Order: sequence, then structure tokens, then C-alpha cells
Amino acid sequence: MHETDALIIAGRTFASRLILGTGKFPSGLAMKAAIEASGCEIVTVALRRVDPSAHGDDILDFIDTERVLLLPNTSGAQTAAEALRLARLARAAGMPNWVKLEVTPDLRYLLPDPVETLRATELLVADGFTVLPYMPADPVLAKRLEEAGAATVMPLGSPIGSSQGLQTEAALSIIIEQATVPVIVDAGIGAPSHAARAMEMGAAAVLVNTAIAVSGDPAQMAAAFRGAVEAGRRAHRAGLVPRRQLAQASSPLTGFLEGMGS
Amino acid sequence: MTFQAVLEATDLAAWRRRALDATADQVDAALSAAPGAPALEQLLARFAVLIGPCASERLETLAARAHALTVHRFGRVLQLYAPLYVSNECIDTCTYCGFSRESGIRRITLPVERAAREAEILRRDGFRHVLLVSGEHPRIVSTGYLVTVVRRLRPLFASIGIEVAPQYEDGYRELVAAGVDTLVVYQETYDRTAYARYHLAGRKKNFDWRLAAPERAARAGVKRIGIGALLGLADWRADALATVLHAAWLQRHCWRSVITVSVPRLRKAAGAIDAPCPVADRDLAQLVCALRLCLPDVGLVLSTREAAPLRDGLLRLGITQLSAGSRTEPGGYETPAEDSEQFEVADQRTPAQVAARLRQLGYDPVWKDWEATLHGCA
Repeated sequence: MHETDALIIAGRTFASRLILGTGKFPSGLAMKAAIEASGCEIVTVALRRVDPSAHGDDILDFIDTERVLLLPNTSGAQTAAEALRLARLARAAGMPNWVKLEVTPDLRYLLPDPVETLRATELLVADGFTVLPYMPADPVLAKRLEEAGAATVMPLGSPIGSSQGLQTEAALSIIIEQATVPVIVDAGIGAPSHAARAMEMGAAAVLVNTAIAVSGDPAQMAAAFRGAVEAGRRAHRAGLVPRRQLAQASSPLTGFLEGMGS
Repeated sequence: MTFQAVLEATDLAAWRRRALDATADQVDAALSAAPGAPALEQLLARFAVLIGPCASERLETLAARAHALTVHRFGRVLQLYAPLYVSNECIDTCTYCGFSRESGIRRITLPVERAAREAEILRRDGFRHVLLVSGEHPRIVSTGYLVTVVRRLRPLFASIGIEVAPQYEDGYRELVAAGVDTLVVYQETYDRTAYARYHLAGRKKNFDWRLAAPERAARAGVKRIGIGALLGLADWRADALATVLHAAWLQRHCWRSVITVSVPRLRKAAGAIDAPCPVADRDLAQLVCALRLCLPDVGLVLSTREAAPLRDGLLRLGITQLSAGSRTEPGGYETPAEDSEQFEVADQRTPAQVAARLRQLGYDPVWKDWEATLHGCA
């Protein structure tokens, strides 16, 4: 096993496998402290929150883009066309060519639209974007998105902001097994243990926002997630022992039979 | 099926009675239920229990649950917006409103460039979300006039809402194309008899035309729809029950639009009646908690109708959007004039003072949370 275990997305290397969302924080400073404590190298920002003409502090003022990759997201888009317009707006404003694609017409649970997400991925890839699509945990859709040129797939663990953990675990394991691009579990991760579990399963990374932003101490929680993601990743690489229904002795009880005549 | 049919089939008086009769055991059960509810009937049953006198005795518990749920769902952020009154011309006779046809106020409709000057002041104050408000005058405040104003203001704001006379679906479509993303339309009261008592003349007399406005707007592509009852006109519990039913119905039928609920209380206005059914501060707080617990993903809006200390308290219970520094007379940001306002503003703090107070309370004031390009407007 190599000591270096970098995450590679679209040819770019990242040492951290934790990605942070930037909504819901009580202040820009609290968000900044959490980003630092998390050790993350990718943060995603809703374009609808960005205001270059802001009088006071804008959300981007608290993100050190020398150290982390700013990943604009298309939160608010309900169709492929809207997502495309938003992404182009971000690029025109000088933001990176990468986009976290979110197409969520359902405004209660913010569940991604599989049809529009696929269409948007095709359009964005054709337009030269590096596309990281947020998607329902559907293994076939994951393959379709890969074929469309997605740089990663980002299936949800449970509805965004719900902190319900990996409700889609069975589907996630199929997606991870079949993937040829990094699988980033996005949405629903409410506790470090959820993140560790996703990493143990073989996810390439996890994206966390609510669990950190609304905790009593965002920086502490960010550090906790950092540890959990690293632990889960190490466990995955070391190889988890399969779960069994029955106990199994460490020293076999029937060893004496070996070498005896039948 | 329209919401009108749902409302007609709902016995609000019976639901109100259930609220008044709710027992401590029922309050316990309602508090331990998961947020939200699978069916409208169950939702109303739970809400009724939470707005009853028995639940009022457990207000601190309600508040703690509502606060935790709000922080989890919406984060420690409050979105700020400002109303921009473009006209106080009105053909309606509404006995509680300062813009009512009989009211002796000075009538003004802002020329487009004057509206733009108002807008520039709001922009300088930091606002990126604006709500255009007007009286109901189909000739002077026509759809065409509103479209012209919206087009002029479009480059200045991330989000433009309207709180104007209900439009035909085509009218909403024109306004969406011009750059409107948000509609606010309060039913005032869901009690038809009371509605008829307060709306004596003009188009607004037509209860059902107003009731169906959110549905028409959603079909026309309005992305955010705000509803509410003007608290104080009729029994607040009955109106709150109808509001919850309306919000939940819209969420299910107009699922591509975000639904918000406002809790405006009737304020003093020129030549207008006092609130016939006053709502106490404690009742308002209980209502905000119950709305949050039963509609966990609905934005709750509070205007400057309420005084600063009450607003500061209520925002922790479940409010997600606040107006600030509001003037309720057309042209009032440039030239304040109390002889033409819709109602008295109670929270007189400047937008900067409100933002500073939010930070003090541990909330991030958010001025921009939308992007005009999302609905095709550059």
C-alpha cells in the first residue's frame, strides 16, 4: 500500500477527501474557521449567494482560493438550461471552469432531476466544463453520467440537509463497485460516523455542509469530519473484514483434521 | 382540483374547535411526531393541536423544537428584503387598509425613473431582493406599467417580487418574462363571510379570484410564492389553519415553486378600522412555532409591521426572511411622507442596524440568495 493516497479528479490531485459546502454558517468567519479545520481542498459555493457588488463582506471574501478549489454550484436551477446559464455566468465572472451541477426542481426535498441532470451534464461537458453532478443514487444514471463525460458522480446518501446518513447504502455500493470516475457521496451525511461509513465502502470523497455549519462549534465538527474521513479511507484501503452472522474462532477448531487420513 | 374546492370542503370552524379542545396528551403526541405529515388531514390535525390553548402552556417547548428545526433546515441565516411601493392608487374599498379608495391619502404612482431612484437607494443600503408593492388600479397600475418598472429595475436586483393586484395567468407570464421571480398575495382572511365584511367594493371583493392567484402564478412560472392571512381580521386560529392547508396544498400541486408564509398583523392605517380580532404577541409566537413544526421546509416571513424586540425574538423561533428599513408610501425612500403610507411601520431600525443585530444574535444576514439568470433574465 502506498502512503500517498491522493484523490484525482479530472487530472487534478487533492490530498483531502472531504469537500465542504458553504451554506447555513452563522458567519463568514465561522465558515472560514471550519474550512481551515477540515483541511479540505475543495469548497462549493452557491452562485446565487455570490455578489461581487456586495457592500460589506461577500461569501467569497472568506474563502482562500490560493489554498482551496472554489467549486461553484448551480443551486436553484430547475432545468438543464438554467444550470447551463448559471455555469456560464460563473465562468464569465472569472470563476473556475469546474461546476458542481445541481438541478433540483422539487423544492421541498431538493432531490435532483435525473433527466435534466443528464441533459445538463451533456451540455456543460460540450461547453468545456468539468462537471461534478449531484444525482439520485441510481446506478444506471451513474453510468450514463460517466458516459456523458462527468468528472465524478455525486450520489446522495439521503435528502440534502436531512442528516439521515446513508439511506441509499445498497445503491451506493453498486455505484461504487461499477464506477470508473470518483464517487463522492453528497447530501444527508449528518455525523462523522456517516462519513466514515461512506469512505469505508469505497467512496472517493464525501461532501458535508449542514452537519458542520449548524453544529454548536463548526470548526470542531469540521475537524471531527476530517478525522472520520481519514479513518474511513484507511479502513477501506486496509480491507474491511466481511460482516458475518455467526462467530468465527480466530484459531480453527478443525485444524487437527488436516493431514489425517480420510 | 383547485384549492378553492379543497377550502370549500374544509370545515374550518370544526378544526378551530379541535384546536381549542386539544388536550395535554394530544400536545405531547404532536410534539413527538416527526416534522411534517404524510396527508393534509393529519397535518391539519397536528397543527390544530399546536395552536390550541393547551399548547400555549408549553410554548417554551414548542419554541425549542421550532428553533432547532429552523436552524437545521435553514441554517443560522436570515434573508433580507425591502418593499418598494410603486403606487397607492386603488379602486378597492377594504376597511382596514390605508390605500382604500375612500381613504383621504395623497395618491402617487411612481414614474419609472422615480422607482429607479428608490431602487438605487435600496441597493445602496445593501438590498438585492426587492418586493414591488402597489394598490389595485387596473388602469394606472396596469400589467404593462409593472412590466416597464420590472424591466428598468432588473439589472439592479438579484430577485424581484410583486405584491400587486392578482393578475391573469398571461399577466403573470409577462411579468415573469420581464424578470419577476416572486409573488406575494395574502388572502387577508380565508373566512368568506368575514372577507365580504371587509372588502366592500372593487375587484378585491372577488374572494375566489384572489384565492387562485398563487395557482395561476405557479403555472406561469413564478418560482417563489408567498401567502398569508392578515392576522386580526378574523379568528386567527381558523385563518392559520386555512393558511397551513393552502401552503401544504400548494407544495403538493405547485411543486416547482417555493412556498413561503407570512404572518402580518393588522396595523394602524389612515382612516382604517382597528383589528376586530386582535392577536396577542404570545399567540403570534405560538403561531410561528406551530407553522415551523408543521411546515418544516417553508420559509416564514416577518415584516416591519412588528416592533424590533418582538422581531428579534420571533426570528429565533422560525422566521427565515425579514424586511428592514421599510417605507410603505410610494417614493418614501427618497422623500418620506407620512400622508401617503399604507400602514405604520413599527420597526424603525435602518437595514444596517437590523443586520448588525442579526450578527449579534448569531445569524448571518444574507442580502443575496438568488440569481436573475436562473429564470432567463440577464
